Formats: sequence, C-alpha cells, structure tokens
Amino acid sequence: MAAHPTSRRSPLPDSHTAVANANLQVDERSQAHAPDSLQLRHHFATEEQQRDAASLGMWAFLATEVMFFGGLFCAYLIYRTWYFGDFAAASKSIDAAMGATNTAVLICSSLTVVLAVWAAQTARRTLLIVMLILTMLLGCVFLGVKGKEYKDKFDEHHVPGASFSFENVPVPSHPGQYANPRHAEIFFALYFIMTGIHALHMIVGLGIFTWLLVMAWKGRFTPEYYTPVEMGGLYWHFVDIIWIYLFPLLYLIDRHR
Amino acid sequence: MSEHSTSSHSTSSPLPRYFAIWATLLICTGLTYYAATLDLGPFNAAVALGIATFKATLVTLFFMHVWHAGEKLIKLVVISALFFLLLLLALSMTDYATRLWS
Repeated sequence: MAAHPTSRRSPLPDSHTAVANANLQVDERSQAHAPDSLQLRHHFATEEQQRDAASLGMWAFLATEVMFFGGLFCAYLIYRTWYFGDFAAASKSIDAAMGATNTAVLICSSLTVVLAVWAAQTARRTLLIVMLILTMLLGCVFLGVKGKEYKDKFDEHHVPGASFSFENVPVPSHPGQYANPRHAEIFFALYFIMTGIHALHMIVGLGIFTWLLVMAWKGRFTPEYYTPVEMGGLYWHFVDIIWIYLFPLLYLIDRHR
Repeated sequence: MSEHSTSSHSTSSPLPRYFAIWATLLICTGLTYYAATLDLGPFNAAVALGIATFKATLVTLFFMHVWHAGEKLIKLVVISALFFLLLLLALSMTDYATRLWS
C-alpha cells in the first residue's frame, strides 16, 4: 500500500521538470531568434516598456535617497535655526572657494554625463567612452579637492571628537561674542556626515561608471539598448543635485560679514 | 512616449540645449557665491536656496529627462518625493520653531 502511491507519483516530478525544461528551451529559442533585440526580456512587451520600467525603478530608488538625505537636511535646518551664530562662525572656517570649485566641477561632470547618454543614443561609441572617462576624471578631481578640505579641517582640529578645538572664534554678526565650541562641533559633525555620505555616493558612482566604461568598451550599448548608461546618469545627476544644496547650506552661511 | 521621444531624438539635436543649461548652471553658481558676499539681511538664505532650487530644477527637468519623459508615472514619483520631503521639513520645523515659547 505504501509503495504504490510513491511509485505512481515518482514519475510526476520528472515529467513536470521535463515540461518546464521544454518550455525554457522554447523560451530561450524564441528570445534568441527575436528579430528586434537580444536585450528585450521576455516579461516585457516592448523595449519602450522595458526602458520605462527601468526608469521608474531608478526614480523610486532616487525617491528613497531624497528621504535619506532629507533627514540630514532636516537635522541641519533645526540646529541652524537654534545655533545660527555658531553655525555662521563655523561655516566661515571652511574654504568657500574650494566648495565653489567643486560645484563647478560637478556641473561640468553632469554635462559630460548627459553627453555620454546622448552618445549612446546616437551610436557614437568613441564619444561615449571619452565622456565616461571625462566624467570619472571630474569625479576624481571633486574627491581630491574634498580630501584637501578634510585635511585642512584635521590640521585645524575642527573634526568632532577628543581633539576638537574651536576656541575664541568670533560670531560674525555680534561683535564681542564668541562661538560656543559645543554648538560649532554640531555644525562640523553635520558637515562631515553630509559631505562624507555625499563623497561615498561619488565613490559608488565612480564604481558604476567603471562598469559602464567596460561595457561601452565591449560595444554592448546600442541606440536600442543603453539603459545602464541612462540609469547611471540619473544616479550621477542626483548626486550633483545634493551637492547643489550642500554648497550654499554648508559653505555660505553669513559670508558677508 | 514613442512619437515624442523618437521625434526629439531624430529631428532636432538636444546638444544646444544641454550646453545652454550647463552655462546657466555655472552662471548661477557664480551668482550664489557673489550673493553670499552681499548683506541682504534675512534674504541671504532665501536667495541661496532659491538659486539652488532653480539649478536643481534645471538638472532634474533637462539633464535627467523628466521634461521629455512620456511615462507620467515618473513625473508622479518625482513630485511625490518632493512632496514628502517638504512634508518632513515643514512639519519638523513648525514643531521646533514653536517649542521655545514660555
């Protein structure tokens, strides 16, 4: 009695997998022989739909990034309204010219990214490769300037922690008043966290662009399929937008006094 | 999306627009830097944030192709992300700004 059902059921899974295998083979063959493109996945009706789905997914990810940085910006706004004078004094100790240079560098890199996407759209492989390399070079310049800024802050003992020191720094708008070192330390903590996480995003971006460069070198991108270039570009532009806000908020508080 | 994007790809080159936006972004950066050296009283922060928002809008609409995105869902995601960011900032600030009474 016990052996009977098993002997009857045993061929079932085999036949199921055989059917599944057959389906898979048919599926693979129909994909390989698809006349339009090899890159169209079987669960999309058209390449148009596939591209839109990728864009939508990327934008959903960027929306989570907006909320992620939004929390930091919120913390910054609250402490800035509470300790405005201390924040202004601390902000003045950062080199605004370096911040402005970095803003210009990132804006130029956004242009090279958009040109890279255009090159991929119009099947210009050499231009695509040149633009990807230029973008990465500009990204490295940004990180280099950032490194110099961090080094200066370490030398001045403006890094929050045991050796932090911010004594006898006048508050810009109030003569005779000195910034509270504890409050200035909050500014520098926010400065290092926000620019640090931004720099981390830049490093991730450089990784993505290295991969894009390899793919472009191998000639994987066509006017029909350049989704990775476009998605990498969206990421890069987003990181640029974060910096567009970080620059005036961190570097340009009460500069005029 | 199909008619729109293919026509904008094939008939007119987007390059002049890209370079114009790049130049505008650089000019705005110089403008922020200059405006920070002026004493505008309480308007310094407003001017700085206004210029930053203008720059971010240009990048989003034209470099990130939201302006020409045929898929309305993408525009919806962008707008809802901004909406929830504003909700976060506005509600937090109304709380903290009104806490130091008494």
